[in-house]
Amino acid sequence: MLKNFRDEKKRALLIQVLGLFSVFAFIGYLFHNTQMNLAKLNIATGFGFFELEAGFDIGESLIEYWSDDTYLKALGVGILNTLKVAIIGNILAVVLGVLIGLGHLSDNWMLKKICRVYIETVRNIPLLLQLFLWYALLTEGLPAVKEAIEILPSVFLSNRGLNIPSPVDITSFSVSLIVLIFSVIGYFLLDSKRDQLVNETGVESPLWEKLNFLVFLLPIITWALMGASTEFSVPKLQGFNFTGGYNLTPEFAALLFGLVIYTAAFNAEITRAGIQSIPKGQWEASHSLGLSKVDTIKRIILPQSLRVIVPPLTSQVLNLTKNSSLAVAIGFPDFVAITNTTMNQTGQAVECVFLIMIVYLTFSLLTSLFMNWFNKRFAIVER
Amino acid sequence: MTELISKKPFFERFAIWLKKNLFNTPTNSVISIFLLAFIWKGIEGLFTWIFIKGVWSGGASVCREAGGFCFPFLFEKTRFIIFGFYPDGQLWRPTCAMLILIGTLFYSKEPNRWNKKLAYLWSISTFFIFWLMGGGLGLTEVTNDKWGGLPLTLLLATIGIVCSYPLGIVLALMRRSKLKVLKSISVVYIEIIRGVPLISVLFMSSVMFPLFLPEGVNFDKLLRAQIAIILFVSAYMAEVIRGGLSSIPKGQYEAAHTLGLSYFDTMRSIIIPQAIRIVIPPTVNTAIGMFKDTSLVLIIALFDLLNTTKTSLRDPEWLGFSLEAYVFVGLIYFVFCFSMSKYSQRLEREFGMKER
Repeated sequence: MLKNFRDEKKRALLIQVLGLFSVFAFIGYLFHNTQMNLAKLNIATGFGFFELEAGFDIGESLIEYWSDDTYLKALGVGILNTLKVAIIGNILAVVLGVLIGLGHLSDNWMLKKICRVYIETVRNIPLLLQLFLWYALLTEGLPAVKEAIEILPSVFLSNRGLNIPSPVDITSFSVSLIVLIFSVIGYFLLDSKRDQLVNETGVESPLWEKLNFLVFLLPIITWALMGASTEFSVPKLQGFNFTGGYNLTPEFAALLFGLVIYTAAFNAEITRAGIQSIPKGQWEASHSLGLSKVDTIKRIILPQSLRVIVPPLTSQVLNLTKNSSLAVAIGFPDFVAITNTTMNQTGQAVECVFLIMIVYLTFSLLTSLFMNWFNKRFAIVER
Repeated sequence: MTELISKKPFFERFAIWLKKNLFNTPTNSVISIFLLAFIWKGIEGLFTWIFIKGVWSGGASVCREAGGFCFPFLFEKTRFIIFGFYPDGQLWRPTCAMLILIGTLFYSKEPNRWNKKLAYLWSISTFFIFWLMGGGLGLTEVTNDKWGGLPLTLLLATIGIVCSYPLGIVLALMRRSKLKVLKSISVVYIEIIRGVPLISVLFMSSVMFPLFLPEGVNFDKLLRAQIAIILFVSAYMAEVIRGGLSSIPKGQYEAAHTLGLSYFDTMRSIIIPQAIRIVIPPTVNTAIGMFKDTSLVLIIALFDLLNTTKTSLRDPEWLGFSLEAYVFVGLIYFVFCFSMSKYSQRLEREFGMKER
């Protein structure tokens, strides 16, 4: 035995077998205890509860949901709500973060200081506290529905949230919106293709530059083809609440504000660090080559600093997604909140915690797949 | 040039500074004017809210009428916000415990004091803190479901950081190990924990830990939450430490091997001391993050600083003063986090200087 322990290879094998064995033994022990305890408490196991009637209402939902729908559908509503917050929140947080990061690099002393103060304040206060603060401001700080403030024509702000007009024909509107997003992407693709052609042939084609904008006709055409509906449903005060229009609930608004403002501070620091990582000589060199400031940023600074910015930025995107689970504390029905309700009703804690973990692990797996793709695509190509 | 400017009268120097920093281009001038107006509005609003409309004495009805900052609310509720349900006559105990904790932390901040003596100091402090908080040995016993507020937040954070560190080192070493099985165990653990929100780990501690244990064995809620926090943070600590380990040049390992040191001796006396020094600034940043994250224990109904605040807002007599309460507690969190981040920046500068 002792002789084996001196042999490096055998020792390694021994340690690994022991390690693996103890991990499995530990998990098996926990599993055994859990089974015994569940049997004693008479709690069902497995995912059979998916098919049962949920029996609770959900405040807001992207798909139609009634309290006599199944748990599975309720959980689906939760995932959609989480995705809604995560997608809108991340877009806003990145935009705001980049703007504040750039503001922090500005040569305007006051802008710089304000951005600094913003970043330091927001980063050093717990997100949960900020969410509570926003929620309090949006519910206690605003008047009741009867005295709702009309901030813009037909846009009402009250302690029930923000009521805005919404198009009657939701489908054509949302399809056109999706087409619009794709045409923005398409515009940038065409633009980079044009750049590439100019680089290869040396011939500028002004016509193409103009025609690029034609991409933006696509959403208009889609909208026209789908009936060109201009009818809007306007929120009206009826009894104790608004009817018509779209209601942005205070829970959703507080969660969105809180997450965006918190994450933007981190994104701003990442942007600043990324741009500052480019040596000053590069700015000067491109200036002496006669490039304009916009061209310098677009062609010299951005492509290089993106390599530094994107990896930490992706982890912030993931952080916002994970932090959206704090919704449970202010009553927005995100995935965790709905799973929590399910857990309390069915008592199936193990399955529910497992579900939460699986869903968020999937998000982070997708994010790291993107990261790997990005690193491969934009890694410095060495000669 | 600087000499010339410094000889000019103050106003002229100020004008030059203004021109250079705020009004150097037309765009900047517009931005500056806009921001000045914005800041002026903000300061004016804040001043009116706190000093002109603010109420210093009286009850809730006086505050509601004035509509300004309600100091009586804070006077009334500070005791509960800071100490939670701790028995009334015993408040000196958590106060002393906090002072000891903060004092010890303050003493430990100089890198040249990191030696054996500090370890002894910490064990003595820990003993006194738990004795003061929990009682026994001549003090009235206070069970930990009565602990709350700032002492609880500080304890959760400090114990979380201190205990997750060794666990993080072990995980980081495992992740860099040549032994495939150990490496995969560590990778799976770290990636799972980093991929899920802290809430799910806290849920696990509050609803699943009791199921994991054999019949008759039970921990209290506070300990379960503390374990969850330690398990969660150790994955992040491991990644920070791994960064330090991988920055140690390979020659150091080879040199240690040539000297005939075993793996454990190499790690203990050569690699880890250097790696830890390098990663102290990011460690402090992780610590800030975890200090803020302790507020999440509110979701599993522990009375940390944020939960005592929320509870004090539920008093029917004092409804509607959320802003006052959150600003007050926000300031407390800010003071702790901001001083930690300044500290980490200072260390980064000092360590950077020594290397040159």
